[in-house]
Amino acid sequence: MSRTVIIGIGNDYRGDDGAGLEAARALGGLENGGDPAELVEAWTGADLAVVIDCAHAHDPPGTIRCHAGLGLPPAGHTSTHGLSLADALDLGRALGRLPRRLVVVTVEGAGFELGAPLSPAVRQALPELISRCAEVARPPACPRSGGSRRGSA
Amino acid sequence: MVHRTIRVGGLTRVEGEGALLVRARDGRVNDLQLRIYEPPRFFEALLRGRAFTEPPDITARICGICPVAYQMSACQALESICGVTVDGPLRDLRLLLYYGEWIESHALHIYLLHAPDFLGYPSGIAMARDHRAVVERGLALKKAGNDLVAAVGGRAIHPVNVRLGGFHRLPDLRGLSERLEHALTLALETVDWVSGFDFPDVEHDYRFLALTHPDEYAILSGDLPGFPVDEWPLHITEEQVPHSTALHSRLDGRRGYLTGPLARYNLNFAKLSPRAREAASALGPVCLNPYKSIVVRAIETVHACDESLRILDRYKPPDAPTVPVEPRPGVGHGASEAPRGTLLHRYRIDDDGLIAEADIVPPTAQNQARIEDDLRVLVEPRLGLPVPELTALCERAIRNHDPCISCSAHFLELCLEQ
Repeated sequence: MSRTVIIGIGNDYRGDDGAGLEAARALGGLENGGDPAELVEAWTGADLAVVIDCAHAHDPPGTIRCHAGLGLPPAGHTSTHGLSLADALDLGRALGRLPRRLVVVTVEGAGFELGAPLSPAVRQALPELISRCAEVARPPACPRSGGSRRGSA
Repeated sequence: MVHRTIRVGGLTRVEGEGALLVRARDGRVNDLQLRIYEPPRFFEALLRGRAFTEPPDITARICGICPVAYQMSACQALESICGVTVDGPLRDLRLLLYYGEWIESHALHIYLLHAPDFLGYPSGIAMARDHRAVVERGLALKKAGNDLVAAVGGRAIHPVNVRLGGFHRLPDLRGLSERLEHALTLALETVDWVSGFDFPDVEHDYRFLALTHPDEYAILSGDLPGFPVDEWPLHITEEQVPHSTALHSRLDGRRGYLTGPLARYNLNFAKLSPRAREAASALGPVCLNPYKSIVVRAIETVHACDESLRILDRYKPPDAPTVPVEPRPGVGHGASEAPRGTLLHRYRIDDDGLIAEADIVPPTAQNQARIEDDLRVLVEPRLGLPVPELTALCERAIRNHDPCISCSAHFLELCLEQ
């Protein structure tokens, strides 16, 4: 049985950084507060992992991008707690614990202030972010329904 | 005249961000500054005016690695103002939650942050490529801690089930004993593994600060050496230093004391659980070598697993998940043992049940001056070494104390060095 896991990454208390978590909640996915070991645990054995995160890539705020594949450029030391998504991928690779397919869906953030809510641009982009992720996670048409199990690790 | 400046511009494998500046002249270190430039946090200020029930949840957000420590020190301080004692099975649940955090935090530090220093790898990930089974063991151990925190606290990071007087709901602890039994085996293997590392031959004459408790290897409550917790502001004072956004601390007027695993181990060795004491037999009751803190963390992980099993064995669910806590005006103090050391809280509740004052002294801030002392001793005789080599040595010396720099930076300092 094909197994899909949806994982939102972020921090609800850092403005737009909570966007990935909010989208994951809407899709019944897992929430990850930045613990790379948990990330590796969550996608181990999955056929498809859809990771939703907020990006800071100098795009207009609210821009949604999909990145498919198991390679990400190294992010440098940007996380408040040490290891980035790229590091988690490296760790998964070193341990032979990568999902078969990975799609990272990001929304460009506008602000990451402590305690701030989602910015208007990201709030507006949220429905599209959710529907894009749902689309990515949808199993290919097959005779039997219920082939996708979301949010299980 | 030989003048040399060494700058380590971004420490890796340390929680948060920091930097180290060393200025030397004629073979002497004139100036050595561990610089912390994590953004300021203002937690103490933002707590003012909040309901007396809120600090456990708000302060938990200071750190993603040790939120339970913040919750426990806050609960203890606020409950003491309100005249409430949480004991019996509810205290046991708090211990379980805290042991879970120790297991999580120590496993992360031992396997992904500290061990690579001893085995010659630039990172835990690089180490995982060659030592897959070992890192898998570390992750499995960490997961047992996560499971424990999630079971008692509602989720593994920033648990949501803690409240003044106890918990929002009683947890379901079924299945945890089996996982903890396995974790205990992994923790014992960890002690064996790290004990075999090659340790630099260094000992420091540390002044230690840790909680002590008559019946326990203190974690949740106790006294501080020579004074009760409610007198901590008389003995532990903070001062600003220009080069860091974290405050430096003094103990009875003197800078440079140490809190954390080495302090706990040396002060409370006799209170370790039987399995932990057995695992510590090779190290012995005194450890003054900071590099061996990795062994001490492994022994504390054994203790946490062993004690968790003992609690799970005796636990009988209480009638209610919480005891009632009504606000009273007054001042209260709390202290508990975060994985990195003693975490001190002090609050004043006003007549309306709101927080009027809050003080938080995290362990890394307390250790900062002592870490600088360790570095001074390390660097001075090695000033002739190539910079990359000396840099690596300094990073190792800092990581010995597992500084959680993101925890310790909590006020703004506008200081630009050169």
